[in-house]
Amino acid sequence: MIRVVLPAHLRTLSRAGGEVTIDVEGPVTQRSILDALEARYPMLKGTLRDHVTQERRPFVRFFACEEDFSHEPPDTPLPEAVARGAEPFLIVGAIAGGCW
Amino acid sequence: MKETINGVRVLVGTRKGAFVLTSDGKRERWDVSGPHFAGWEIYHVKGSPVDPNRLYASQSSSWFGQLIQRSDDGGQTWAPVDNKFVYEGVPGTHQWYDGKPHPWEFKRVWHLEPSLTDPDTVYAGVEDAALFRTTDGGGSWQELEGLRGHGSGSRWQPGAGGMCLHTILLDPSAPGRIFIAISSAGAFRTDDAGETWKPINQGLKSEYIPDPDAEVGHCVHRIAMHPSRPGVLFMQKHWDVMRSDNAGDLWHEVSGNLPTDFGFVIDVHAHEPETIYVVPIKSDSLHFPPDGKLRVYRSRTGGNEWEALTKGLPQNDCYVNVLRDAMAVDSLDPCGVYFGTTGGQVYGSSNAGDSWTPIVRDLPAVLSVEVQALP
Repeated sequence: MIRVVLPAHLRTLSRAGGEVTIDVEGPVTQRSILDALEARYPMLKGTLRDHVTQERRPFVRFFACEEDFSHEPPDTPLPEAVARGAEPFLIVGAIAGGCW
Repeated sequence: MKETINGVRVLVGTRKGAFVLTSDGKRERWDVSGPHFAGWEIYHVKGSPVDPNRLYASQSSSWFGQLIQRSDDGGQTWAPVDNKFVYEGVPGTHQWYDGKPHPWEFKRVWHLEPSLTDPDTVYAGVEDAALFRTTDGGGSWQELEGLRGHGSGSRWQPGAGGMCLHTILLDPSAPGRIFIAISSAGAFRTDDAGETWKPINQGLKSEYIPDPDAEVGHCVHRIAMHPSRPGVLFMQKHWDVMRSDNAGDLWHEVSGNLPTDFGFVIDVHAHEPETIYVVPIKSDSLHFPPDGKLRVYRSRTGGNEWEALTKGLPQNDCYVNVLRDAMAVDSLDPCGVYFGTTGGQVYGSSNAGDSWTPIVRDLPAVLSVEVQALP
């Protein structure tokens, strides 16, 4: 069981709570977590990564265990603490706003 | 039999959410609901002409990209539908600001135009400029690729606001005929439901491009038509207010006595096809009303002769803008006219523009205004 924390706007969109739990088959990576998350909440498709290229959207960040995994390849295994549900996988909207 | 209208619903898209303003047929007292999708940019909200409770909204943000929302109950509840806008084939390139080739990249949906006959069919004008269509109520979107592929696409360039397809006009007398406009490529027309397109920019003159009479490259801000006379088009271009009497084949200028012929919006009175409205804006870089006076200009002669409509509008120290999708007319009698400003006001007139009242004063910057007459 993987714990995932969504940013506020995507909690509203998905109608999920502050923290959601998902099951992931195989290695626990950014890609496998996002695949499972989008399967459960299809409305999140395209909001975290590009529909076609599957690249992370520029203002979305992935944190876990007090580390930034945003720039890691998507198939890099995440820490064991995330895989066993001891620590959440945090999806964060970058602090990059302020123009409006 | 004359249609009975019991109320109006104004759909407002802003930088930070959507708002729905409703009133009875008198249009004196208004209920305001929102913000819907708080914090998101809502470029456009529009209802189906055949099912007023079917609404579509374009919702986007720099963080989380594009969403399309649909309501089946007049905006009380919403559900996201498909948000996958993928160009057909190899997207190719258009020109960038520096004139170099730049890959086509989807950024956002600027305008949603529901079909005149089917609530499940909607056209979407997007940035980078292309036209998409859904025929299943937003379940999936397909590009009408003939537009980008007609030959001039590689020469299109973005305007200051991006390379957006912002206007979609459906001809009620000819189901296959659609007009669109792109900043800054120009206006285009299809007569076969989107299979093939032709630029319709003859007569436009744009001194800010190398060839002022070029086939494409004109910064068209908005076009409008009256549904009873779809061969007559009105255009607010970057500079110049224009008119065509032959479905865009040839344009002529009708700026006449306007204080400036720059602006973004243009619209046509619901019952008088020769009565048109614009909001002159000072430019090139200022983008606020001349002399700090917010004035709608009305022509009852299809252009050239314009009168300033000022009653109820601020006539000093006003420095807002009125963006291209932020004016609409209702079909009541007298005709209602509505527009929104970047200062967050939505003004309404229930007497065809003779006088104005702010329906709301303090919304986020208004991007779009649409209105529905409710049975």
